[in-house]
Formats: sequence, C-alpha cells, structure tokens
Amino acid sequence: MRESKLWFWHILTAVIILVLLGLHMGIMHLSAILNVLGIGPDDPTKSAEVFHRSQQLFFMITYILLLGAALFHGLYGLRSMLFELSLSKTLEKFIGGLCAVAGFALFVYGSYVAVAVFQLKGV
Amino acid sequence: MGSRMQNRLKNNLGLLGWLSGGRYGAERYAYALHRLSGLGILAYFLMHIFVTGSRVRGPESWESWMAFFSTPLFKIGELLVFLAFAYHAVNGIRLILVEFGYMVGKPGLPSYPYSYSTLRQRPLFVVVMVLAAVLMIIGGADFYHMMK
Amino acid sequence: MSGSAAKDSTVIKTVRFEVLRYNPEQDVKPKLKQYVVPVTKGMTVLDGLTWIKEHQDRTLSWRSSCRMGICGSCGMFINGLPRLACNNQIVHLHSDVVVVKPLPNFDIIRDLVPDLESLFDKHRSAKPHLLRKDLAEQNHPTGEYFQSEQELMNYIQFAYCIKCGLCMAACPTVATSRDYVGPQALTQAWRYTMDTRDDGAPERAATLYSSHGVYRCHFAGACSQVCPKGVDPALAIQLAKKDAFLKAFGLRKQRQATPVLGPVRDWTPKAEIPKAPAPTVTRK
Repeated sequence: MRESKLWFWHILTAVIILVLLGLHMGIMHLSAILNVLGIGPDDPTKSAEVFHRSQQLFFMITYILLLGAALFHGLYGLRSMLFELSLSKTLEKFIGGLCAVAGFALFVYGSYVAVAVFQLKGV
Repeated sequence: MGSRMQNRLKNNLGLLGWLSGGRYGAERYAYALHRLSGLGILAYFLMHIFVTGSRVRGPESWESWMAFFSTPLFKIGELLVFLAFAYHAVNGIRLILVEFGYMVGKPGLPSYPYSYSTLRQRPLFVVVMVLAAVLMIIGGADFYHMMK
Repeated sequence: MSGSAAKDSTVIKTVRFEVLRYNPEQDVKPKLKQYVVPVTKGMTVLDGLTWIKEHQDRTLSWRSSCRMGICGSCGMFINGLPRLACNNQIVHLHSDVVVVKPLPNFDIIRDLVPDLESLFDKHRSAKPHLLRKDLAEQNHPTGEYFQSEQELMNYIQFAYCIKCGLCMAACPTVATSRDYVGPQALTQAWRYTMDTRDDGAPERAATLYSSHGVYRCHFAGACSQVCPKGVDPALAIQLAKKDAFLKAFGLRKQRQATPVLGPVRDWTPKAEIPKAPAPTVTRK
C-alpha cells in the first residue's frame, strides 16, 4: 500500500540521516573533540574550510544525498503531524501534494548549489 | 433524541493531548518531545538550505552570512539545534527498533500483573535517554569551548 | 479469637470525590461538584459513585454493569488516568481526593456518560469477524477449522479486548485525529489478520495500512499502559508494521487460510465409554 511505501522510505531516510548528519554534526559541532584526536578543521565555518569541502566529490555527493533524505524525512514527518489534525480529505490531498512539490523544488535548488559550488573556479 | 444529540459536549484533548493529558508513562512524553525536536530541526533545515545556498555567490557572500550569525543569540540557537538533533536521532533509533518489533516482546496469554510492550522496552528507553544526555553534554562542551 | 477483623461496613477513611457534572438540558459548561464519601473496606470508585447517588445526589449519571471488570462499561478518567471505575479500589488510589471525569476523546452525553459511537464505528470498520471464502462451509459447517496451539498464541491476547475505550482515551493521536482508526480497532484488525482461520487479509490491510492506520501511531505506549485486560494494543500495532515490511519485501509469505478438518478417522472409542444419546434437536 502507498502509505506503507512512504513509511519505509521514512525509516530508510532516517538511517541515512543518522549516518550523514552524524558526520556533518561531528565536523561542525564536535570540532574541539576532533582536534584533541588530531583530526578535523579548527573552525569548520571559515570560508576556506567550507569551500575546500564543497569542492571535494565525496562531500558534493553526500550533501546531495543528505539533502534528499532530510527533505523527505522532514516533510513526511510534517505531513504525518498535519494528517492527525482532523482535516478534510481534500485538504489532506493538498498537503500531501504541497509537501511533494516543495520537497522536490528544494531538492533541485540544493543540488544545483552543491554542483555549482563544486565546479566554482577561483576559490 | 434529535435535539439532545446536539448538546453533546466535545471532550477531545486536542493538541494539548500530544503534550500531556494524564499520568502516563515517560514514552508518551518522549513522543511529544520527538515531534517538537523534529519540527525545530525542520524549521532550521529549511532556512539552512537557503543560507548555505549563498555559497554559489562566492566566499564574500558566505562570510557576510557568517558574520550575521556570529552573535551569541544565533550561537545558542545552533546549540539548541544540536541538542534537538541529539535527542531526535537517539530516540529515533529506539523508535525504529520498536516499530520493527524488537524489544517489545511476543504475544502470549495475559496474566495479571500484566507485562506489556511499553514496560518491556523500558530498559531500551533508559539506555537511549542516557545516550542522548551524553551526546548533549558533549555538544554543550564543544559549544562552551567554542564560545570562550 | 482471630482478632478484630474489620467488618465490611466499617468506615476506614473519608475521601472527597470531585465529579464532573454536565446536564445538557441545563448546563452550558461542565463543572466539578464535590462530595464527601465514607470509604469502607474493598470499596471501589464505582461503589463510591453509587453511594453518592444513593445518599447525596440522585441526579449523578454514569454507565456500569458487571462491576467486575469484564463488561467495559464504566470507563472514566480517574485521578489522572483512564480507568475502569469498578476495577479500582479507592484506597489503592492513595489519595484523599478522587477526581472523576468522563473518558477523554469521546463526546460527553451527560455527567460521566461518554458517547462511544466513534469507538464502535471504528471497531466495525476493522470487520471484527471471520472472513472466509468458503461461504457454504460458513453457513452449514461440516467440521472444525484446524488451528495449532502456537497459532492460537499469536492472536489470543488481542482477543481479550472488552471494548471499554480506555486505550482510545489515552492515545495522543486519537486526541486530535477524528479519522485515526485507533488502538482498539487496529488491534482487532491485527487479531483477525493473525487468526489462521481468517481469510480477509486484504480487507484488514485496508484498515491497518491506510493513511489513518498504524502509521499514525508513534508508540506513546499509553494505550497498553491503561488497558485493564492486558491486551497490549501497542504491541499489536508494532507487529502490524513489521508484518507489512516483511511481506512487502518477500521475507514473510502471505499465509493461506487454514482448511476444514474432515471427520475424525482411525479412531475407536474405549469399550467402557457409553455411546452418546440420539440428538433431540435436528438441523433443518
């Protein structure tokens, strides 16, 4: 059933996010601890660091993967919450469609950014 | 019968029923916190897509956004996002396990005092909460170190 | 002799009942009314309500029947949890104040009487009866359906449901969602899915896996906590989710409905056992 398929993707994207966002959070927020272990950048938000990462294939691909997974997971969760508010069938259909369209649009935009920065010259 | 039917009093707990509603076990509040943290992360994430999207315009655009977000208020906001992620991720692991039928036991013959799924997964729940707390402390320590 | 055993009518303590009152013909809003009730040994909340009706306020209304925790009529919100009034002794509440309100998530008809139509509608939507393709056998049975002890254990726990509605009152999703099927009906749909005699898996799947089915459950676990018969609806719902996943990925087969057992063969009774008398009622 369609609802079952959506839920399986919700779980799958959750696992993907656990790995990729865990990595992302590690780089961004655990830099002090990583420094103690001798790895990781000093300040991951410095533009030199940001562009250094953005121009590595590994990060470009994982950014796009994480973007897609997080968009699906988050918007499905939002849809789930909204579906539990006793809305009419038409409104529910509309919300489902809106989440799909918004998710797809944001995914296209984010992927474009990831690829464009990957190819950016002179940084 | 007809006119009296219209005087039925609505008694749904409504949205408050997500947050509280009685002396229920900790899992019912863990569910509310999971939703709250999820919404918080989603809100931050949608903004994050656009902020990081400024990279296409080069390092200057990026630097100006970072300068805008360098005030302590935003730094605390970032910490909150990390805390929300720590809780949501670790509780999410528990939910994946439980919703696939692990640690909730098998059906049998109920005999009083009843053993039921919520009780049976309690050890997992405790482990998960401790893990979340540890992650939050680590994140808080890093934040503190960064703010110094 | 054996010491002073307390007589049933000895008053152990006095408690204050705070009962939500609502008369649709007079009141616009419900209000809490207080009664001082003497508690005797073994007195349940239901006994307390009866005492109030007999001695203090004849207008107090509620539903009750068996007074022994099997009919499911007296579900109420007592001291912070949905409970059966007959199943809870006042002294076991460990409080001098007993707050009694009608079951949440159901409309109030009057005082402590909830409108349980939504519960029964959702229960009906789970088609809580055996569905089989062999209608001839269903209408004119020739034998038993085979079922092993293990197959029985897979669903018998969920068959203990007394339709009291406490789980629906406890569920946070039912609190906001009028369309959510709810722990009671989902558990019954699962009970029949797991019953090997049942052949209605597609009909049950429509209830279980719709957009207001098991996936709107997020394991708050409150339903299992309050169930007075240990049915554990939360377990049924999580098992249903797992089942959908395993079947979708071919890791579990769709089972066939169990066949009808033919007449018993190769059986000779012991000589001492007398033969059964001829039936006095014959099937037309």
